[in-house]
Amino acid sequence: MSLNSYLILSAILFTIGVFGIFLNRKNVIIIMMGIELILLSVNINFVAFSHYGGDLTGQVFTFFVISVAAAEAAIGLAILVTFFRNMATIDVEKIDNLKG
Amino acid sequence: MMVADFIFFMFAAVVVVSALMVITVRNAVHSVLFLALTFFSTAGLFVLLQAEFLAAILVMVYMGAVAILFLFVVMMLDIDFTTLRKGAREHLPLGLTVGLVILLEVVAIGMGFHQSPESAAAAAALEPMNNTMELGKLLYTKYLFPFEVISLILLVALIGAVALTLRQRKDAKRQDIHQQLARKREDAVQLKKVSSGEGA
Repeated sequence: MSLNSYLILSAILFTIGVFGIFLNRKNVIIIMMGIELILLSVNINFVAFSHYGGDLTGQVFTFFVISVAAAEAAIGLAILVTFFRNMATIDVEKIDNLKG
Repeated sequence: MMVADFIFFMFAAVVVVSALMVITVRNAVHSVLFLALTFFSTAGLFVLLQAEFLAAILVMVYMGAVAILFLFVVMMLDIDFTTLRKGAREHLPLGLTVGLVILLEVVAIGMGFHQSPESAAAAAALEPMNNTMELGKLLYTKYLFPFEVISLILLVALIGAVALTLRQRKDAKRQDIHQQLARKREDAVQLKKVSSGEGA
């Protein structure tokens, strides 16, 4: 299997993640899943380059990306739970208390 | 080599289809389960790329922790997902346009990438060893500082998540031992002289 097939798979996954954010503009949970898909596509790129380039650094950075993604999911979902308690909705378009 | 190709296409197809299901399925619980399937198939691809340690980490951290966290939140919050999906169609043309442009750009970059003979030689020279051991050597020597920073980030996330979601319920009665022990006779009992025939 060549490097390009992995790159194309990762490109498709990245696009699905971005498209998911557009498609579910109101639902924060699905938007966060889209972000996870985007991070996963980046990880595939890292590991594919690491394998075909003969350098383990890419895998080390995938390790870091996974850790940061886990922290991000935990904090994001905590914010979501707090927001839902206060507003009883997770509609993104209702999150405008700061009037920015 | 043919077997590896077949396995790659099988896992890649599962990754793409389940990722599409994540963003299109109506039920949010199903969408989380498809997310877990995407992670698992990606772990299979990582095994194909000889990154066994990361495949195991992906299954443990992403499937075991992140996907289950999403599942908990989806099931805990009482959300009407059908109203949230309303108006999704009007975003469809914009999303399709942006998605198509991004896909074309990233695929163009991916197709235009060619492996140089030197890097192919380096990849061939890298003898198949214990992936976990090699990764650990790199992680604890060259990347020790980023590794420590990651531990700090995880600590901040842990404390932050607890601090954000912890709340004192005012409507629930509970025992406060400090308050009970600090209670004195003077605070609780009041003596009044009551003259007979008048009442308190």
